[in-house]
Amino acid sequence: MEGILANVLNGLSWGMLLFLISVGLTTVFGVMGVLNFAHGSLFMLGAYLCMQFVRWLGSFWLGLLLGPPLVATLAVVIERFLLRPLYGRDVSFQLLLTFGLMLFLDDGVRLIWGAAYHVVTPPEILAGVVPLFSQTYPVYRIFLVVLGPLVGAALWAFFAFTRWGKTLRAAAMDREMAEIIGVRVPVMFTAVFAFGAWLAALGGALAAPHQSVGPAMGEHIIIESFIVVVIGGMGSFPGAFVGALILGLLSSFGTTLLPDVQMALPYMLLALVLLTRPRGLFGEDV
Amino acid sequence: MQRLRFGPLVTVLALGAAILGAPFYLSIYWVIILTEILIMSLFAMSFNLLFGYTGLLSFGQAGFFGAGAYLAVLTLIHGPASLWVALLAGFLGAAVLALAIGWLCVRRDEIYFAILTLGFGMMLFTVAHNWRSVTGGSDGLGNFTLPELGVLGWNISVFNPKHFYFLVLFIVAVGVVVLFRVVHSPFGLLLKGTRENSMRVSFVGANVRSVRLFAFVTAGALAGLAGALFAFFNRIASPEMVHWAFSGKAVLMTILGGSGVFLGPAVGAGLFFVLEHYITAYTTNWLIILGAILVVLVLLFPKGVLGSVLEFRTRFRKGP
Repeated sequence: MEGILANVLNGLSWGMLLFLISVGLTTVFGVMGVLNFAHGSLFMLGAYLCMQFVRWLGSFWLGLLLGPPLVATLAVVIERFLLRPLYGRDVSFQLLLTFGLMLFLDDGVRLIWGAAYHVVTPPEILAGVVPLFSQTYPVYRIFLVVLGPLVGAALWAFFAFTRWGKTLRAAAMDREMAEIIGVRVPVMFTAVFAFGAWLAALGGALAAPHQSVGPAMGEHIIIESFIVVVIGGMGSFPGAFVGALILGLLSSFGTTLLPDVQMALPYMLLALVLLTRPRGLFGEDV
Repeated sequence: MQRLRFGPLVTVLALGAAILGAPFYLSIYWVIILTEILIMSLFAMSFNLLFGYTGLLSFGQAGFFGAGAYLAVLTLIHGPASLWVALLAGFLGAAVLALAIGWLCVRRDEIYFAILTLGFGMMLFTVAHNWRSVTGGSDGLGNFTLPELGVLGWNISVFNPKHFYFLVLFIVAVGVVVLFRVVHSPFGLLLKGTRENSMRVSFVGANVRSVRLFAFVTAGALAGLAGALFAFFNRIASPEMVHWAFSGKAVLMTILGGSGVFLGPAVGAGLFFVLEHYITAYTTNWLIILGAILVVLVLLFPKGVLGSVLEFRTRFRKGP
């Protein structure tokens, strides 16, 4: 029983981090039609910046507050000067550009912070463990499990009720029409890309005390979040949530129950979804 | 205009002669580098059959390259001691895998295709990395020896880099001729048709999925052949050869040389090694420069080096 509960909590906490990065990925894709290969690198940059702020200022919360806006600023530059010239061209070139950015950012991080792994300790209030039946469980993971749905609900409310959220959905649905009725689509694209980057960096900063901070963390999470958005349905908000939870739980239960094939499970799920629901679980039929 | 049509033929013949005769005028060091360039050229050109000609951007080409490497080595360890049989095993094994994975991947195109090939390529990586009893896990498979190569009754040792160079040259040449025939056949036109407008192609009665699957299997099989050669070349089949970072190499070489020109990826492979050679002499952070080069190429020279040079030449001849 305790084993199952621990697995569920492990799966949910990893799933919540996956959700934060996937929701940015899927929103950027839904609105702009761009798949950002460098999204995992922005996640990693968020983690490294948080670590750096913890070193300078000694506060995890300040790192959480200050790191992500810096990454979002970088994203504004990327969108404005590198991605924008490519909108009229073949989508492959956007993908290739973000692939180049990924190589650049990943190696840039290695150049600045070195190839070693770093540890960020959680803030005092979230450090330590709580008793869970006969065992103990880290408080920080429970914090992630609680935080994930809160962020999800806030995002959902933003898209459903605010004027900005509605305009975004309108632009995603029909870009030309939105432009005709006066939405400034180029500005919106920049904002969406920056917002997605902010979410990714927030996920990275939150991941810093959860796992070790190292140069491979971006590459690891980008592949899983690609699988999340394909399973959930590209551009779908609930799809990203459900897909991330499934992949998180698959990872934690797979590690304990099927350790030999655990790493291959996400790909098997990908094949299964592709054969039965090619547009993803929450994808619309076109 | 007749002069223009002879130009490329003369260039190709001169280049061919230069490559064929390379071991006679180059040092062993450069013969070995050239061997690697040739192998990677075949790999990158197999990728470009999908990207440049069919319009499908694959990030999983290393899956088949690595599968070819592992299958060839496994054949040498457990099967007959023949390089030809091992090469055939790498080629056919990669083709069968490409058939299975391609069957799933060609259901979607554009961005989805890129994600799917990336995903299933990484699935092959996890197999190579985790199935220790067969693949040797992260150490790879290195405990094998290369048997002598039987050619028309002679047995030739491939431990001499010059001999190995000619084996690689022969196999790569066969692969390139196959690709050339495919691309310049009516089927090749169909491929380009699906790249430009897949709906029109299906309206004229072609099955777009089968066309794409055939291209996928051909590309996968040739990548497997290149992978088998690469395993002989390095005396090891290791998980890095299956990893998507290795797929990225084929992508980079192709963009560097030019995806719209038949020999673009081969030129890109050569440039890639020259750049790597000189840049790594100054800095270990070669990827940061490679990433920057890719960004600049995509933004300013999407036709690649060879593509841009050819375009410039045409413009120059035609006049303003």
